[in-house]
Amino acid sequence: MTDTQQPNPSEMAEVTQARPHRTLLNDAWIRLRRNRLAVAGAIIILIFALGAIFAPLITKYNFAKQDLDSIFLQPSGVHWLGTDELGRDVFARMLYGARTSLAVGIFTQLIVLLIGLPIGAFAGSKGGRVDNLLMRFVDIMYGFPDILLIILLSAVLRGTVFGNMGGGIFVIFLAIGLVAWVNVSRLVRGQILSLKQRDFVTAARAMGGKGTYITMRHLLPNSLGPIIVSITFGVPRAIFTEAALSYIGIGVKPPTPSWGAMIHDGYNVMFTAPHLVIVPAVAIALIMLAFTFLGDGLRDALDPRSRR
Amino acid sequence: MILVLFVVAFVTFCLMHLVPGGPWDRDKQLPQTVIDNLNRKYGLNQPFFVQFKNYIFNAVRGDLGVSYIYQDRSVTSIIMGGFPVSATLGLVAFLIAILVGVPLGIAAAIKQNSFVDYFAVIFATIFASMPNFVLGILLMIIFSVTLHWFPTSGWGSIRQIIMPAFALAALPAAYMARISRASMLDVTRQDYIRTARAKGLTERVVLVRHILRNAMIPVITIAGPELAGLVTGSFIVESLFSVPGIGRLFVQSVSQRDYGLIMGTVLFYAFAIAIINLVVDILYGMIDPRIRYD
Repeated sequence: MTDTQQPNPSEMAEVTQARPHRTLLNDAWIRLRRNRLAVAGAIIILIFALGAIFAPLITKYNFAKQDLDSIFLQPSGVHWLGTDELGRDVFARMLYGARTSLAVGIFTQLIVLLIGLPIGAFAGSKGGRVDNLLMRFVDIMYGFPDILLIILLSAVLRGTVFGNMGGGIFVIFLAIGLVAWVNVSRLVRGQILSLKQRDFVTAARAMGGKGTYITMRHLLPNSLGPIIVSITFGVPRAIFTEAALSYIGIGVKPPTPSWGAMIHDGYNVMFTAPHLVIVPAVAIALIMLAFTFLGDGLRDALDPRSRR
Repeated sequence: MILVLFVVAFVTFCLMHLVPGGPWDRDKQLPQTVIDNLNRKYGLNQPFFVQFKNYIFNAVRGDLGVSYIYQDRSVTSIIMGGFPVSATLGLVAFLIAILVGVPLGIAAAIKQNSFVDYFAVIFATIFASMPNFVLGILLMIIFSVTLHWFPTSGWGSIRQIIMPAFALAALPAAYMARISRASMLDVTRQDYIRTARAKGLTERVVLVRHILRNAMIPVITIAGPELAGLVTGSFIVESLFSVPGIGRLFVQSVSQRDYGLIMGTVLFYAFAIAIINLVVDILYGMIDPRIRYD
């Protein structure tokens, strides 16, 4: 949310004389870097991301390769995190599982943006019947726990053409995305409704700006901050949901590695080989914490009211 | 509200019919005649809208139809069997959340920037971002696998309630600690608190009568929806700890394609949440006279 202290672009020119030119994002970046927790979060995410991207270079093991002669091995120099009940290397599964988790985090949020942003912007700027319809729809969606709708949707989607794409991962993208866009949509709508009242929008309109131009040039760019924050918080939620779905057995299909599925597999052998459950559980907790730190940091950095 | 329930019922009904594979899918294919007979018995051979109409008329009378898997039991009786379990677990979790979260938030606000404050903030951040089933798993590893204090799963004894309740309570507790801290700090800065101090009231009276009373309003506001969410069951935590509540019931019914049970649970959710929210709204009006509903 931009605040009165934050000059909008058209006022920027005047301000440059008072202090060096800084854009909003520029300014936010500087504040973000000063936030130690946010930096720590970003570093953790980066490590997981690098691990996911370069998985084949980091480990020589295949995530699906079974070796029934060496099951339930404890962590060692050969198998860094040991092996599971089918003799698969846990470290390799963790790395490739990070791919699944991060892909879910990113692609669901892409879907959320693709659906939520236009609808929210349209409802906010046009108002009227579309707006009413959206809000009624949102009311109904909020009446339910998200996970209920996601479970329902993924059951429906599994039988469609998406069912087998990428080991069931597309179903997860869609199910989460189709439920979560409502949040962004509502956020964008609220932002636009409140920004519409502001003087600089009146000014832009007085200078002859048309509806679409004002939405694209003034309303949307000024709501960017809250949208970025909301997306950052959406990523860990999606990661968690995927893990939960895979845990209860309606997520990605084996042998596609997923941290949630690893917990599911390890659950039955928890007493003999607890590390099979601990490793993915800690990884999920860690990545969610990292995204939360980053999100908190971004919120502080992008909201100039919290400027110290 | 009735309209919302109707829309929910219709959408779920449509989704159910879109789910591929019927309730009669078995590992061993049933003969077509058997399937036809089953369809006739449950009215599944009738046109879509007729099925929907029948369903709604029955649902209004409290009959949610039959389960296709547990053939001898009606959906209503299955849900009524699961709900008390979920409600008990949810209430215990809610109490834990209140008893841990609120005092922590208050203590943090009173001693702002002290050790207690930092502890509360860290507590809130960690548990707010820790998924409940990951927490559940970690609790299991610590208290069941390592210490052997509690059984990993099941339902019936107090020892079996503790871990799932804490796993469920962590997130709301963190949330409540955060809200009550922020609200306390906000109220403390209000003018009427300064007035109360200025007229010579003891710090105790100011704190209890003036600050706490006003600071608790936002806490109560979020407590309502939290309670609704907890009491109606948690899909993941119930599955994790094998608690026979509606959450686990729903997960099972989805994987077993038990249309009757899925429809029933979804409708029950919509109904229960609507009722609880209504009650909560009425309570707000009693607690905070500033709130008026037109």
